Amino acid sequence: MNLNFLDFEQPIAELEAKIEELRYVGSDTEINLNEEISRLQSKSRELTESIFSGLKAAQIAQLARHPQRPYFLDYVQRIFTDFEELHGDRAFADDKAIIGGLARLDGQPVMIIGQQKGRDTKEKVQRNFGMPRPEGYRKAKRLMEMAERFELPVLTFIDTPGAYPGVDAEERGQSEAIAKNLFVMSKLKTPIISTVIGEGGSGGALAIGVCDRLLIMQYSTYSVISPEGCASILWKSAEKAQDAAEAMGMTAPRLKELGLVDFIISEPLGGAHRDVDATAQNIKAALKETLEHLITIPADKLLDLRYERLMQYGNYTEQ
Amino acid sequence: MNWFSKLLPTRIRTETSSKKSVPEGLWAKCNSCGAVLYRAELARNLDVCPKCSHHMRIDARERLDMFLDEADRIEIGAELQPVDALRFKDLKKYKDRLSQAQKSTEENDALIVMQGKLKSLPVVAAAFEFKFMGGSMGSVVGERFVRAVNTSLEQNIPLICFSASGGARMQEALFSLMQMAKTSAALTRLQKRGIPFISVMTDPTMGGVSASFAMLGDINVGEPNALIGFAGPRVIEQTVRETLPEGFQRSEFLLEHGAIDMVIDRRDMRDRLANILSILTKRNAA
Repeated sequence: MNLNFLDFEQPIAELEAKIEELRYVGSDTEINLNEEISRLQSKSRELTESIFSGLKAAQIAQLARHPQRPYFLDYVQRIFTDFEELHGDRAFADDKAIIGGLARLDGQPVMIIGQQKGRDTKEKVQRNFGMPRPEGYRKAKRLMEMAERFELPVLTFIDTPGAYPGVDAEERGQSEAIAKNLFVMSKLKTPIISTVIGEGGSGGALAIGVCDRLLIMQYSTYSVISPEGCASILWKSAEKAQDAAEAMGMTAPRLKELGLVDFIISEPLGGAHRDVDATAQNIKAALKETLEHLITIPADKLLDLRYERLMQYGNYTEQ
Repeated sequence: MNWFSKLLPTRIRTETSSKKSVPEGLWAKCNSCGAVLYRAELARNLDVCPKCSHHMRIDARERLDMFLDEADRIEIGAELQPVDALRFKDLKKYKDRLSQAQKSTEENDALIVMQGKLKSLPVVAAAFEFKFMGGSMGSVVGERFVRAVNTSLEQNIPLICFSASGGARMQEALFSLMQMAKTSAALTRLQKRGIPFISVMTDPTMGGVSASFAMLGDINVGEPNALIGFAGPRVIEQTVRETLPEGFQRSEFLLEHGAIDMVIDRRDMRDRLANILSILTKRNAA
């Protein structure tokens, strides 16, 4: 089994391996295998297209957590210039699961804030697998309030399994830290755009996700609880995660259908990790277009619109 | 029945199995100290065990009934009904879970809101019905909370909310998550107008409810020994792989760590909150 590919991608992996083999043979002998190779390549492409056109929610959840999926910092260097990271919540610590700082988006000064998972084991531990503690949310709040003072639009990037469920996090007020961010973001006098780039895990994601526009990557998810968590509570078995993923409607197209996200950013065939540069360009284009529109709206009007937007969430009848 | 009792002739057998159980209705048992309590006396004591002061979980209406003055109560948002927009189905359909909860609690959803008076001070009070799907927050809870806030704004009167909730309602998926943002956003308007919001967290106040409006009180209050936190103790235990310290995530623990202003005994709740509100609003309570 090729670990660069997910289980449902294994047929593609096998075909790719065959192509590699032929290439190796081809360079070794006089026989020209180019024709055969290009035939197999187009077959691999077709196969990928057909597999990816019918992905299940649980498979998209796998892609959103793919070990090779680009993280916040991979995009920062491709989308922004002049990035200056700002550290610490001024009270307790600098949480490395959330990164924030000043940057430019095609010349436009902005504040960027995002959750960061780690790539290798050492970084994963350092970043706490992208699960922020209260000080991370408080750092984000500090930077957002700074952005308001200096009239910088805030761009947030969501990619977390959830807020860290630990003893220390509870002691330092995880609930209050998240709640305060929801409060502050809903009245922050500057445009806010949030983009779900991987996993949108519950309150830990929403704590940097109250916004004027919510964008989501094609193979990202956003949900109130992880499919495993949902399954173990409602189905009494974590093995029913596939059913839970389907039932919660956590994928980009479903969320768009439900009116919960504004725009889906498309990913290259096979997912963002197959072409990070191209993905970054797609995100950049979407951010620029959205921001260009938002900065034309007067600040007071923007706040009213954001409030209305928040108030319309929900389904109920009156009788 | 063991071998010895089988040997006994039927006529000298005495049925012993039902002896220890408490007769329905008249008596209740404290689930903390185990004392058998006379139900009428327990009710007079606001469902606080007279022996060990354990605060039992109570229904939303009972809560509002003991908290508000008897006169001038108006219920707000009772017309709101939950709908199953996602056609959510786990082991059971959400629709069936709703009608089952409605039948057993005789409530439409998990939050009850009333405008009324607290020792003659006009207030809006909301209380969670924990028996309704674990007091979980879905669209109706969020909308009723916002209407409670709006009534406070219109009447310029304080808001008090008694929380008792497991968190967001999973069956409403991302819509329930968004109720966290919706309810928190509504509170910005109260703050702007200088209208007090007192959040009373009762047993248990967890997840999406504690991580939104419940922690955003001008004054945060806990009932004695209430479980209050973001992640549930079981989830934390699985993450850190050690047993949690005694008293972890209880009101007194939160007080110690600076998350709440005070712990108030249920029997003092009316007096203490009326006093606080009369100071904040510069009015006199009766």
